[in-house]
Amino acid sequence: MAKRSRKPDLLFEGSDWDFDKLQRTTEAIEEVALQDLGLSVYTNQIEIISSEQMLDAYSSIGMPLMYRHWSFGKHFLHHERLYRKGMRGLAYEIVINSNPCISYCMEENTMALQALVIAHAAFGHNHFFKNNHLFLQWTDADGVLDYLSYARGFISQCEERHGVDEVEAVLDSAHALMPNGVFRRRRPPRLSLREEEERRLGRLRAEEEAVHYLWDTLPRRGAGSAAADRERMERKREMHLPEENILYFLEHYSPTLRPWQREIIRIVRNIGQYFYPQKQTKLMNEGCACFVHYYIMNELHRAGRINDGAMLEVLHNHSNVLTQPDFDDPRYSGINPYALGFAMMQDIRRICEEPNDEDREWFPDIAGCGDWRRVLKDAWANYRDESFIQQFLSPTVMRHFKMFALVDDASKPYYAVSHIHNERGFLELRDSLAREYDVAVADTDIQVVDVDLLGDRWLKLRSVKRNGVPLEPADRDATLIHLRRLWGYKVEIEEVSEGASMAS
Amino acid sequence: MAHFVDRRLNPKDKSLGNRRRFLKRVRAQVKKAVNETVNKRRVADVDRGESVSIPTDGISEPNFHYAREGGRRERVFTGNKDYRAGDRIDKPRSGGGGRGRQGAAEGEGEDDFLFALSRDEFLDIFFEDLELPDLVKRSLKEIKTTKAHRAGFTVSGSPANISVKRTMSNALGRRLALNRPSEREVKDLREQIFALEKISRPTKKQREELKRLHDELETMIRRQKVIGYIDPLDVRYNYFVQKPEPNAKAVMFCLMDVSASMGEREKELAKRFFVLLHLFLSRRYDKIELVFVRHTHDASEVDEDTFFYSRETGGTVVSTALVEMKKIIDQRYPASEWNIYAAQASDGENFSGDSARCAEMLLTQIMPLCQYFAYIEIVDEEEARLINSEANGMELWRAYRGVAAELGNFAMKRIARPADIYPVFRELFARRSEGAENG
Repeated sequence: MAKRSRKPDLLFEGSDWDFDKLQRTTEAIEEVALQDLGLSVYTNQIEIISSEQMLDAYSSIGMPLMYRHWSFGKHFLHHERLYRKGMRGLAYEIVINSNPCISYCMEENTMALQALVIAHAAFGHNHFFKNNHLFLQWTDADGVLDYLSYARGFISQCEERHGVDEVEAVLDSAHALMPNGVFRRRRPPRLSLREEEERRLGRLRAEEEAVHYLWDTLPRRGAGSAAADRERMERKREMHLPEENILYFLEHYSPTLRPWQREIIRIVRNIGQYFYPQKQTKLMNEGCACFVHYYIMNELHRAGRINDGAMLEVLHNHSNVLTQPDFDDPRYSGINPYALGFAMMQDIRRICEEPNDEDREWFPDIAGCGDWRRVLKDAWANYRDESFIQQFLSPTVMRHFKMFALVDDASKPYYAVSHIHNERGFLELRDSLAREYDVAVADTDIQVVDVDLLGDRWLKLRSVKRNGVPLEPADRDATLIHLRRLWGYKVEIEEVSEGASMAS
Repeated sequence: MAHFVDRRLNPKDKSLGNRRRFLKRVRAQVKKAVNETVNKRRVADVDRGESVSIPTDGISEPNFHYAREGGRRERVFTGNKDYRAGDRIDKPRSGGGGRGRQGAAEGEGEDDFLFALSRDEFLDIFFEDLELPDLVKRSLKEIKTTKAHRAGFTVSGSPANISVKRTMSNALGRRLALNRPSEREVKDLREQIFALEKISRPTKKQREELKRLHDELETMIRRQKVIGYIDPLDVRYNYFVQKPEPNAKAVMFCLMDVSASMGEREKELAKRFFVLLHLFLSRRYDKIELVFVRHTHDASEVDEDTFFYSRETGGTVVSTALVEMKKIIDQRYPASEWNIYAAQASDGENFSGDSARCAEMLLTQIMPLCQYFAYIEIVDEEEARLINSEANGMELWRAYRGVAAELGNFAMKRIARPADIYPVFRELFARRSEGAENG
């Protein structure tokens, strides 16, 4: 905006794109993003791919490099079937939280769509990845590609050495426990790639030494009961029980795993951890990207750099993605995070610029402050979905979406409408929605509580029922089989209701 | 500063390895499912079952998650029309199913993953470890003969292959286009000249005319020389390509007793047996001819409909069918060119004394020509329970047992129920890996 010296000609016309147009358009988008919105982004690397490659990327959880596993093939076939049948379109883009930030754009996109996608992914998501505290704390954008390539190499090495089936079995089991392989409350130490490698070799050495009993020259202690007891307590304390990160626990204490198996578990765990922030910020991440692309495209249009036709196409796609069907609509599948995130961020801007009395009452800090850029950037950096909703969901948005909350109690033959979008309901509604977006509530709460490593090595888990909701029994049992395979001894899970968990 | 990379030319099938792994993994599941389906399904339907969708339980990826039902949960929805706080909405009767509002947002479970098999894949798996005797040998040794097939025309070739018709029509077109004087025109001109020359004292006008005609004739002849009647350009040759011809032609004889003792049930079972054999052969051979021979006390070759559906009355003389089969082989299917397979179905009854003749015929005349001869005896379920020994049976059965003992490529089985067919069939054609061939 500042540099008006360049003549405000059209960036492109028609729907065909070429690399010159892309470059020119990206520069214009970048200008708005950096100068006007003041975003801070990783260097962009925009890759043009074909639809087959998009399907490929889909199947390996969106990562550019991935080790080989049948489940990715399964997802590929699944997506392919839907896509070929025309039941589902492909995403226009995939963006990866890495430095440089890689975005994949489909070659089928029209020029207008490419512009939209670049604004959305290469600047919206990119800014979010670079600034949100969760990503900064939990993921390592600089190292992720290196780590993935290390993981891929390591696993294919294992396959050569130990056979594909052996490796596959470990991966199957590790994948089953992937959601339970995340540190939710404490932060794992971050290691660089080299430290990682050194540590692995060190572990390997230690393991080998442990096997050579010849070196074990000290006489064994007699098993005095008091001493054994003390030792057991000691062990339990050493193992940091209870432990919520099951994969971490297995990696460190499983009595049967071999070093390479531990390393595979570690890889799966690290990848799971890498995706954990994304789970917590889906609404915000998409909202941020949508807000950014909407703002940028409108700015470009206003400056006469894209024509009406292109803008209409952009708006058409924008509103397609941001549809929120009503609950009784057959298309309804929960609240659309794109729609809600975008609506909330647009609303924050409105509150900053032209607040009404209600807003002044609800958001005294930001109402009428005018500097919506600062408020939004602050939100993008310091919140996650749950806290963002808790903090910023306004009555206006709730009214707009006509939200209502429904209570489903298994013991009652009806659903009860607990709150609706009215004066009395706003606060509760907001709490309820925030809880819904709290992964700590949505995810299972399962902890390793006890194991007697010196005795029967019986691994005991405890799952906390939230609001009396039990674990899905069939999947629970199937997952326990995997857990047993990794642990090597008997495994037991106990489901307790919320109050009971505090008791012991 | 953005950096663009064009990845479109990168190899596409990045997940090919994953895909292969997946297919390998489901192969066992699919095979299991196919075998189960075959046991359940009517065997005659196997062929028609274009695709079987297989819920692949073994490829589910379980993890711990909360159940969709039970407990107390609260969710926020959009698009409220007229609900007020405290309203109650009846739950759908069918429990978790129905509208499933509560569960809908979680998306479809992994159970929905279906793996559709095409007919070919299905049959491939169905036949996976079935093999006809000698087929392995034969298919390994199989020398493809080739045969010339017409494949249009070319401008070069050996003179023997000149296509006269095509050449002449090209020439005609060219002559017309270039306006080559025809022989008749030249002849007419010569006649005119001749007529003028005959005039002893031509007028000046006639002399001039004569000269003009001479000139004209000269140009015509020159033109004819320049524009050839047939030009090398016109010549076309027939073009032949050598196409491999499978030398493995097979003929399958279906022999069946259609006397009154064969009821609907027996015929139906026999039909399934034939269908299955035919299916298997059609996997192996490009061309299979089917010959249906039915017999009572007298045998005749009939078409398929008559074979299965028309009724005959009369006694039962099995050997007549063998005689008929031998006759047809001699007439139409020399064993040097055809792989001969035979499947015989009967209820085991035979004119007394004839069975020995059958056995003798098989041993001396038919089996030397056949790749394989399968005999099934269709029995009552009651009967099947009583006859627990292979050695017992009626006369024909006993006689055939002698043949079976003698020859490795003769097989016989009793079947009583549709469910028996497939296992029997499998056993009949099971891969003879245990060296049974030298028997």
